[in-house]
Order: sequence, then C-alpha cells, then structure tokens
Amino acid sequence: MIDIVIDITLLTFLAITAVAIVRITNLFAIIMLFGIFSFLSATMFVVMDAVDVAFTEAAVGAGISTVLMLATIALTKDQNEKQSVGRISWLPLAVVTLTGTALVYGTLDIPAFGDPEAPAQKHVAPYYIERSVPETGVPNIVTAVLASYRGFDTLGEVFVIFTAGIAVLLLIGDKRRKSTPGRNEGGENDA
Amino acid sequence: MYITASIAILVTLGLVLARALMGPTVYDRIAAINMFGTKIVLLIAVFSFLSGQQDLLDIALVYALINFIGVVAVLRLVAYGDFHSSGEENKK
Repeated sequence: MIDIVIDITLLTFLAITAVAIVRITNLFAIIMLFGIFSFLSATMFVVMDAVDVAFTEAAVGAGISTVLMLATIALTKDQNEKQSVGRISWLPLAVVTLTGTALVYGTLDIPAFGDPEAPAQKHVAPYYIERSVPETGVPNIVTAVLASYRGFDTLGEVFVIFTAGIAVLLLIGDKRRKSTPGRNEGGENDA
Repeated sequence: MYITASIAILVTLGLVLARALMGPTVYDRIAAINMFGTKIVLLIAVFSFLSGQQDLLDIALVYALINFIGVVAVLRLVAYGDFHSSGEENKK
C-alpha cells in the first residue's frame, strides 16, 4: 500500500521536474534539476527492488554527469539557453505523441511486474538461481553474472569507460598546465 | 510509524522541489538539491525498515556520499568559476 503511495508521489515529482527542465532557460538551474531527476529515478529503482540499477543511476546520473555538465558550463561561460521563437512547431509534437501512444500500446502486452511466468524469468534466470553459488562461490547472483559468467563482457565495458574517462580528462583537464608560469609565453594565443 | 515517517518525508520532498523550481537565486537551488539528496537518503532508510530489506541502508550511505561530492563540486563552480583554480589566484 505505502509502496504505491511512494511510487505515485515519486512519479509525480519526476513529471514535474521534467516539465520544469523543459520550461526553465537558466542552464545552471537545469543542471540542479537534472540532479534531482536522477535522485528521484534512482529512488524509484530502489523501491522497485532494482538496487544495482539504482546504484548506477545515482553514481552516474546524480554524481558524475552533474559534475561534468557543470564543468562544461564553466568552460563555455554561458549560463542561459538561447530562446527560440515563440511559434509552436506541430510536426515534432505529432511525432512525439504518436511514438508515445505506440509505446504505451506496446506496454499492454508486457507481463505484469514481477510475474513469475514472464519470459524473462523463464530463460536463464532459473539456471543462475540454482547454479551460481556452487559454480562461482559469489553470494550475490547479479554480481556472479556480471563478474563471472559475463566476465569478459564486463572487462570490455571497463576498457570502454576507462578510454572515455581519459578522453574527458584530456578535453576538460588541460587548463592548469597552460597557466603554469614560464610556459605560457605566446602560448595563450593558440588557445 | 514508518508509514507516517515516509509520508512526512514525501511532503518535505514536495516542499523542497517547489523551492528548487522557484528558487530566485542560485543558492536557493543549491540548498534545495542538497536537501533533496538528504531527504532521499532518509526515504530509502525508512523504506528499508518498512520493507524489511536492511541492505538498502548501504545504498542510502552511498547516496549520501554522492550528494556530498556533487554539492562540493557545485559550490566550487559557483565560488571560483571553474574546477582548476585553487582559489588563491582568483582572489588577487
């Protein structure tokens, strides 16, 4: 009962935040609201028992991407969104409404939340539930799947994220070197 | 008791969200997002007792850490304009 109340309230807050993000033109305020949005959706994942997804959403959505977007604003020095002309363009609205309707129609065939007869629960999930502890010795099934059964996959993801992290650091982390005394004669003009 | 507590936290979340939406100054919004993160931590803690999953408390702790780091980053940006200067250079 209280689960439903929490779910509905959080969903309402999510919708309010999303509408506000669209309406507000101050980019700093938008980033703050993005942080709130991530915290809200992460909490919804916690309430729906998807703790690992919630963990990722909080770390990436509320933590890293807030900091990265703030760093981008600090680099661009422009805190306001360009105001578009006041004319409503109907074609994108129609496309979005149609796609949304099709997606909602598609959810009608999805099995209920937590349905034990759902195809997702019938495929490999019983194998993992029965065999993961004797085969890998990891007490958490999700961790066993990520780190043992799909170990190479996770290793590849770690490589991708590591490379992306290096690229981001190269892009935004270069300022301190330029302001070092003795190195910046004439170098400021290149930037 | 837990139900009352969680409803009270939800009401507080609504008030904080209103401040984050209206907030005339930047500092109102920063205080609002910090408060929001704190209330989310409380909500998850209460929910973990409500649903009997005590391991959700670890998640609440991680959220508190993320919230802290995020607010520190935001305040650095507002105070110094970027993340690189240590502060002394800008004061001259």
